[in-house]
Amino acid sequence: MGRRVLVTGLGTFWGGRLAQMIERDPEVEVIVGLDRFEPTVLLERTEFVRADASYSILARIVKAAQIDTILHTFLIVDSTQMSGRTLHEINVIGTMNLLAAASAPDSSVRNVVVKSSSLVYGASPEDPVWFREESRRSHAPRTKVEKSLIEVEGYLRDFAEDNPHVCVSLLRFSNVLGPDITTPLSAALELPVVPHIFGFDPRLQFVHEDDVLRAILFALEHEVPGIYNVAGDGLLPWSEVAAICGKRMVPISPYFTELAAAPLRRLGICDLPPETLELLRHGRGLDTRKIKRAGFTFEHTSAGAVESFWQAVRLRRAVKPQATEYVYERDVEQFFRHSPAVVRDSEG
Amino acid sequence: MAGETIDLAERRALVHLPDLSEPGATPHDPRRSDVDEFGRSESMRALARRLYAPIYERLFRVEWEGLDKIPEGPALLVANHAGAIPSDAPVIMHGIEEELGRPVYGLADHLFKTLPVIGTLWSRAGGVVAHPENAYRLLREKRQLVLVFPEGSKGPGKTYDERYQLRRFGRGGFVQIAMRAGVPVVPIAVVGAEESMPIMFNIAPLAKLLGLPYAPITANALLFGPLLGAVAYLPAKFKLRVLDPVHFDVAPDQPRYSKSRIMEESEAIRQQIQEALFDMLKQRQSVWFG
Repeated sequence: MGRRVLVTGLGTFWGGRLAQMIERDPEVEVIVGLDRFEPTVLLERTEFVRADASYSILARIVKAAQIDTILHTFLIVDSTQMSGRTLHEINVIGTMNLLAAASAPDSSVRNVVVKSSSLVYGASPEDPVWFREESRRSHAPRTKVEKSLIEVEGYLRDFAEDNPHVCVSLLRFSNVLGPDITTPLSAALELPVVPHIFGFDPRLQFVHEDDVLRAILFALEHEVPGIYNVAGDGLLPWSEVAAICGKRMVPISPYFTELAAAPLRRLGICDLPPETLELLRHGRGLDTRKIKRAGFTFEHTSAGAVESFWQAVRLRRAVKPQATEYVYERDVEQFFRHSPAVVRDSEG
Repeated sequence: MAGETIDLAERRALVHLPDLSEPGATPHDPRRSDVDEFGRSESMRALARRLYAPIYERLFRVEWEGLDKIPEGPALLVANHAGAIPSDAPVIMHGIEEELGRPVYGLADHLFKTLPVIGTLWSRAGGVVAHPENAYRLLREKRQLVLVFPEGSKGPGKTYDERYQLRRFGRGGFVQIAMRAGVPVVPIAVVGAEESMPIMFNIAPLAKLLGLPYAPITANALLFGPLLGAVAYLPAKFKLRVLDPVHFDVAPDQPRYSKSRIMEESEAIRQQIQEALFDMLKQRQSVWFG
């Protein structure tokens, strides 16, 4: 029997793309996706089920479809998308429901892969240059997003201990850059002048979006339990990142920085949340040797991710994209998947 | 693991050393600057050395003794620390980089990293936050020379009448770092830094108010005024003596080392530097001319 995968956050950037990649794997028999919103990419055999923000329906789906693998890509790491409370609820309550479904007495779940973030490490002057997976934070978390992620990771740790038969892979990704994704940092880099904190030039690390997808699939295929840092090689000063994008920098006050950045947000120019401002002050590095020892190879370095992002921006500015956006239509998808009129290559 | 010796050219460049020695296609890495993972930039260091050379050669007229005792591989350099705004760190780093052609990283309090502009310049010059993991990586994995001042801010905080009497070397953290990384400690005795910016009085209440380790009134400030006195060093003659490296016959990478052993070794090294200082001071004919 093949693998039966549940992907949370099918309508998000990551969920949809992951489902697309998993569909190509012949070993995967069933793919079910949950989200509040419809998928934005064309999927062939993934079933989409609309859920509410807290994923309360998850337990019933896991039981009904006998899901053995859950890919949790729905953790919100970008605090500019919604209010702190909503973010906290989605992250924490969503994960609690997921783990409740997976830890039911006769649950079929054997594998849980979670996409987390290096935000759990924070960014402070007392940090070491490289964070290993065992490294502790230097300061207690101050922002909602960091607190919610740390809480989620705590639940996952407890779950892994209580359910030794389930392989739990927790992947901590550093800041993502790539041709398609938009993040606060990528938005800052697309401005005519890139903001930086006056007098600070921290070293940052990036991971390419393709490497993110490949890492999650790696965890899926190889069943590697534990926590893994995922980030491209190399730490780049922020000034160098701006230089790769061919941009000059504009300073923000180093004192009362959040106050100084508030007008930028109000005017809609640039939204730099507190954790990003901390990052732009002190930087952060992730030691990725654990996942490399497990056999994963990166295709892009940090500088490579920045360059790839910028090349895509250049292309977008030169040639306006003509492709029409995919719009999910339920009836059409149901027809293709379930109608007896459709002739399928039978798998036997 | 990174066990190969690094040749001179690589040491000078010190761009992004790869972590793994495994073969395999390394992905395209379009770096534009030579800032390494610790923030040090060899090109900025080269510029700093050019700018510092007149101070090193004309003002302080630095003389080294025993530079050849510094081992080929990694080592933890420890020295006494003095001067209100200490001049010993730049002198040691400049001297070793010029004479031996090897980069030196300096471990210091994370306070530096919080300062705008100065913090970034300090980092580009080889300043690294004194976190044990940073020290371990630099010494054990990158096999570099690392400079640390065990007296901490107690050294520079000494007033003129307390000069050359070494303060306690903390809790011996530097010994533990060296033991865990499996590298020797090389003590260096520095004469001249005390007199280059001597503290005549320390206003303790003001220091407490400002959150500084000390609030000094220096001879420089008395002579040149407060602003100029913060940058103008007195022309003391610098003499640096490198003492024999101290090897610890313990295995590296242990989770813990005997605390009493660490304190013993730390105190022994402090004594060594203290005696070397007394010896050098006995032979010193003049503060300004050596």
